[in-house]
Amino acid sequence: MLKLENISKVYKGKKKAVNNISLEIKKGEFICFIGPSGCGKTTTMKMINRLIEPSEGAIYINGENILEKDPVDLRRQIGYVIQQIGLFPHMTIYENMMLVPKLLKWSENEKRERAEELLKLVDMDPEFLDRYPNELSGGQQQRIGVLRALASNPPLILMDEPFGALDPITRDALQEEFKNLQRTLDKTIVFVTHDMDEAIKLADRIVILKGGEIVQVGTPDEILRNPVNAFVEEFIGKDRMLQTLPDVELVQQIMNTMPISITLEKTLSQAIALMREKRVDSLLVVDGQNLLKGFVDVETINEKRKVATSISDVMNTSIFSVQQTSLIRDVVQKILKQGYKNVPVVDHKKHLVGIVTRSTLVDIVYDNIWGEEELEVLEKE
Amino acid sequence: MDVLQQLGMYYSQNGLYVLTEFYQHFLMSAYGVFFAAIVAIPLGIVIAKHRKLSQVVFSITNVIQTIPALAMLALLLLVMGLGANTVIVALFLYSILPILRNTYVGITGIEHAYLEAGKSMGMTKFQMLWMVELPLSLSVIMAGLRTALVIAIGVTAIGTFVGAGGLGDIIVRGTNASNGTAVILAGAIPTALMAVLADLLLGRLEKWLSPIKTKKKTG
Repeated sequence: MLKLENISKVYKGKKKAVNNISLEIKKGEFICFIGPSGCGKTTTMKMINRLIEPSEGAIYINGENILEKDPVDLRRQIGYVIQQIGLFPHMTIYENMMLVPKLLKWSENEKRERAEELLKLVDMDPEFLDRYPNELSGGQQQRIGVLRALASNPPLILMDEPFGALDPITRDALQEEFKNLQRTLDKTIVFVTHDMDEAIKLADRIVILKGGEIVQVGTPDEILRNPVNAFVEEFIGKDRMLQTLPDVELVQQIMNTMPISITLEKTLSQAIALMREKRVDSLLVVDGQNLLKGFVDVETINEKRKVATSISDVMNTSIFSVQQTSLIRDVVQKILKQGYKNVPVVDHKKHLVGIVTRSTLVDIVYDNIWGEEELEVLEKE
Repeated sequence: MDVLQQLGMYYSQNGLYVLTEFYQHFLMSAYGVFFAAIVAIPLGIVIAKHRKLSQVVFSITNVIQTIPALAMLALLLLVMGLGANTVIVALFLYSILPILRNTYVGITGIEHAYLEAGKSMGMTKFQMLWMVELPLSLSVIMAGLRTALVIAIGVTAIGTFVGAGGLGDIIVRGTNASNGTAVILAGAIPTALMAVLADLLLGRLEKWLSPIKTKKKTG
């Protein structure tokens, strides 16, 4: 749907910011532009909505050359999210979100309806509509920033390091939320970032740029496995070896499908008996429908056995779980770095389906590293 | 007789007169600032967009600002003759710089992110000005008006020398009378009061216009 054809941008001092870039982007594709600062990634993206005019070349959206269109009309049909969020402080959340619809002269009813619909997408309460941006946290503000870009339902959205200014935890949450949103809404997205983790996590295809030229285009897997040159290799970083696991990709492929769980209404002594029988020190807690509710461990039971009788009184509900369809490379670091002993695996409705233990992961990591060394030894011989 | 007593007597005898002069004084100041605003705010917007122009414009307005008030009135007197209009023109000239400078600073000081956000959403230049730039710089522009009005109230007092009336009349009468301290005060106190009040009220307005809103006004 979007096609860049031999575009270049030359600034007055004869500096070539972008040099002869051609790229075709399919509908519904999530494209990440990545590269070191000054590589032309932002410039390239901004040429798509003509915030920067290309010096040479042409850009087509659905076959139409956008350089022949009115830039104001063009921009109203393309969503745009910036790093600094840029919500107008003098407008309410509602006014901010419905700015493009207002420019497109939607009726008040249509706008109100759309605004509430959008807030639902990110699980925010409609009462936010009457607040001002300053009353919101950074994460909430950028959620609104994203919704603002979605307001008039444009097929194409450009994002300029949208999560760059957020703290790591919020960033992680928003990335996940946004990736899901993109899948359900089927938008074409051009996303600029300098964070390889972000690109790998979000992109369908990554475009690596350097000095205004494309170095490599490919899916995250292709790029991780076959970097075209030393620059890309360097850029990806050595520590991402873990993420290029050849055969196992999804969490469901490595998980233990027989997690030891107990239902809410059981007593503490039943829990202890089960722990002893299975020789474990913690149990996952599920309800009658096998929905994951929390966990209990032997220390908590020990502390509280005098005051509590059933599992639901003592269980810890703040539990970290992963989706069975998540890629292993996305969850490996989370698990290893945050020091969980094991992590329950759930399906999309939060039913408990399995468990990943630290030792499973260590096995994989070990196989991966040791496997390669073995290969090298073989090659030397 | 005690000065304060004299003052009280002056007000009780000439209360209505003082009020009329107060009103006249305020009107002249307000008109001067008002006309200056009509010229300086649009001009400020223009030079904020064309920064090369700004140097030329600012050098001219800076020169105007350096002319002493009495000299300015004398010069204008030659052209326009006696009367309130001469004072209003002088005030107009004095008010241009503060308003112009604040408009310029207000608009050029807007964070780039807001401009980029507005432009990327498809606002026309006029929409940008009306929906983004003016609301975001309004409180800074207001601060310019406030400075201009306070200066204007002071300068208007001198307007009496070109026969414009106002509270300056009372002050000058006091200086001409022997033992006129009370009369001088009778003119000076309302002048000062007016300046302080104008400053306070416009200060309030400035705060109210601040773009960073936190609470939705009910109703």
